[in-house]
Amino acid sequence: MTTPISGPYYHGQRSVRGIMAQVMLALVPATVFALWQFGWPALFLFAITLISAVLTEALSLRLAGKSQRVFLLDGSGLLTAWLLALSLPPWAPWWIGVVGGSFAIVLGKQVFGGIGQNLFNPAMLARVALLISFPVEMTRWTAPQPLFSSGAPGFVDSLRITFGGGADLDSLTGATVLGHSKTELTRGIGLDVSLHDVYTPLDYLFGLSGGSLGETSALLLLLGGLFLLARRIITWQIPVTMLATVALLAGVMHLVDPLRYADPLLHILAGGLMLGAFFIATDPVTSPSSGLGQLVFGAGCGALVYVIRTWGGFPEGLAFAVLIMNAATPLIDHYLRPRVYGRNRRGTPLSYTAEQLGREKE
Amino acid sequence: MKLFRFRGGIHPPTRKELSADSAIETMPLPERLYIPMQQHIGVPAEPAVKIGQHVLKGQLLARASGALSAPIHAPTSGWVRAVSDFTAPHPSGLPILTVVLEPDGKDEWDEFPLPKDPFEMPPELVAERVAAAGIVGMGGATFPTAVKLGGATNKHIHTLLINGGECEPYLTCDDRLMRERAADIIDGVLLILHGIRWGRAIIAIEDNKPEALEAMRAAAKGYGQLEVVAVPTLYPMGSEKQLIKTVTGLEVPAGGLAAQVGVLVQNVATAYAVHEAIRHGRPLVRRIVTVSGGAVRDRRNLEVPIGTLVDDLLRHCGLNGEPARLLMGGPMMGTVLPHSMVPIVKGSNGVLALDRPELPQGGASPCIRCGSCVRVCPVGLMPLELMKRAQANDLDAAVDYGLSDCLSCGTCAYVCPAHLPLTHYFNYAKGELAARAQQKRKTDYTRQLVQARQARLEREAKAKAEAAAKRKAERAAKKAQEAEA
Repeated sequence: MTTPISGPYYHGQRSVRGIMAQVMLALVPATVFALWQFGWPALFLFAITLISAVLTEALSLRLAGKSQRVFLLDGSGLLTAWLLALSLPPWAPWWIGVVGGSFAIVLGKQVFGGIGQNLFNPAMLARVALLISFPVEMTRWTAPQPLFSSGAPGFVDSLRITFGGGADLDSLTGATVLGHSKTELTRGIGLDVSLHDVYTPLDYLFGLSGGSLGETSALLLLLGGLFLLARRIITWQIPVTMLATVALLAGVMHLVDPLRYADPLLHILAGGLMLGAFFIATDPVTSPSSGLGQLVFGAGCGALVYVIRTWGGFPEGLAFAVLIMNAATPLIDHYLRPRVYGRNRRGTPLSYTAEQLGREKE
Repeated sequence: MKLFRFRGGIHPPTRKELSADSAIETMPLPERLYIPMQQHIGVPAEPAVKIGQHVLKGQLLARASGALSAPIHAPTSGWVRAVSDFTAPHPSGLPILTVVLEPDGKDEWDEFPLPKDPFEMPPELVAERVAAAGIVGMGGATFPTAVKLGGATNKHIHTLLINGGECEPYLTCDDRLMRERAADIIDGVLLILHGIRWGRAIIAIEDNKPEALEAMRAAAKGYGQLEVVAVPTLYPMGSEKQLIKTVTGLEVPAGGLAAQVGVLVQNVATAYAVHEAIRHGRPLVRRIVTVSGGAVRDRRNLEVPIGTLVDDLLRHCGLNGEPARLLMGGPMMGTVLPHSMVPIVKGSNGVLALDRPELPQGGASPCIRCGSCVRVCPVGLMPLELMKRAQANDLDAAVDYGLSDCLSCGTCAYVCPAHLPLTHYFNYAKGELAARAQQKRKTDYTRQLVQARQARLEREAKAKAEAAAKRKAERAAKKAQEAEA
């Protein structure tokens, strides 16, 4: 690169690759724990999703005539696939990973022009595409069967589950707590009955619950999120407003009718909210860049998550909520800019009265 | 004293330890001095010497030209050897009219009349003497100081703010000056106060310079009208607008001047120059320059005659191999030098010869909209959005996103993980904006001329037609008369 004639000739040494690497590092504890919970099939699906994404990204970059060394190694494609894999049913067949991983990269990111250009979160776009196209495979959940525990499928059995169309396994009948309570509600069964035996908050906190890989340990995801906050990779605005909005709405509705509306703790711990608040909604490319905009964005995501979970057709609304708010990001960025030095909020130059300036002279 | 917080800002490694402990040394006279006629904002000075003429130190070399300009004096005694074009300290490497002086080695001062007690002299004389001494803003902005002082006396100034921020990494020239010549700076501050007929001054120093703070506090003791304040170390604290906000809580209105909020800001080195000019009658002919960077062997703070070549400074301090980049000023807002054969001017606070590991690593990649630039911008802009407009050359949109409010402080580019040269784009767009404004003035003027010509032609045509009609009528009348007769 040629030397720019204008400075600075000094840099904080932060890089895109470093940011992506730290986000992935923050995901490691929750991911490792979840993979252990769901065993070999989950590991296979995770690997397949990542490999498909990297291969399609390499192909896309080649077709676009862009540097593979720069763009493949920035880690953004890997992170997208990682987040997508965390949102899939752990025992889903291999082709879900292949279709999802390549969809996320090609239609979610590269067709827009590659890194930084996409309007929608690629992982969530792919998840929604899969959910709508393959509703059966995408809603078959399993209870955790930790690696090497009795009853957990062995390596060969696991290969059959992932690659052999092992969908007829009896274990694939469990529903998530959000899905289960919703179904029961439609049958006129209140939460006091439907949540009995199914929901214990501590299991959800530690991750001993059914659901996608990223819906397991709320605690480990929270720790990862706090790490990102401490490293200033993300800011507090989106996670805090998103969690607070869900908690607030859930709290109010729970007070109105506790049999119909679950308590705030369930909403925070169950489903993908923790993953979404710290890792998905905070995706820099598709979220607003000013603090004020991020507050609005986070609150919007939270409100939509609650509305979709409670009154929508799907038990979980994270992906839809994030995508809808992604669409609003350019608008938010246009209207919610920081106040400029020497100007008021509307952009007109400040003016002070003589009194404000303490003019005593003359 | 209650301080205020400006938004954003960064804490880059200061690297001041490289040169902060070196006391100010006098740079030996080089073989030749190259003194450019433009060392200030405004109109270049006009040479007032002839080739071959002998001049004394401090003698006038060039007259100020117009209201916004500054005279230039001989940095030492010697002979004028040439008045010709020479490379300016600017990235372009373009030449500028320069007086070349060969020192005679005596370094003999010219005689100057000195006031017995400068505080007895009429205040307007301060600005006059400052103007005659060729003093400009020494922090790097190089705005003629007398113009600022002259403006201040007519306005409601409630605070004289002395800028000892020195927030640029590497630079230690103001730090050393405050440590070693605190009493002279304080005297300069009192003289400026006398000049603007006002009594209160705040001297703001970043809290990473405890020795300078202590020295200045000691020197200011006993003067109730002076207050030395430690301000937090936060880049760009030394920027005039950010310092005003920190100390007074006021913001200079967009597009306005500091005087509008009743503040006059002067750099510590400028106050020192005022002291030198009024107490000792010495015009501004030398300044303190930090020579630092990884490629420099002995990093120093040197008192350098104006016009000394950067090359002479580097040779005096020694180099560890070829520098990867040569800068004048600090690494944040300094300018890159095309080569070392350029002279030190009044605004040169540092010469940095940087090693490759000190420079930003890696090329630019696309923006990932992480918003780091928005968080650190001390003005409150959205640099990523501004950059898109500047790249598209959409100047109106760029202005809407605050192009004219941008300080070019480089904070956004410093934090950008994609290594985008944001400041570079902004400076380009500012240049385009200025060019467009000039083009518009030109077009407007041309249109005026065309309209005036049109009007004149119409007027003439009308007059001709009237005259013709009149003649025709006369002829007709005459004919009628003849026919009658």
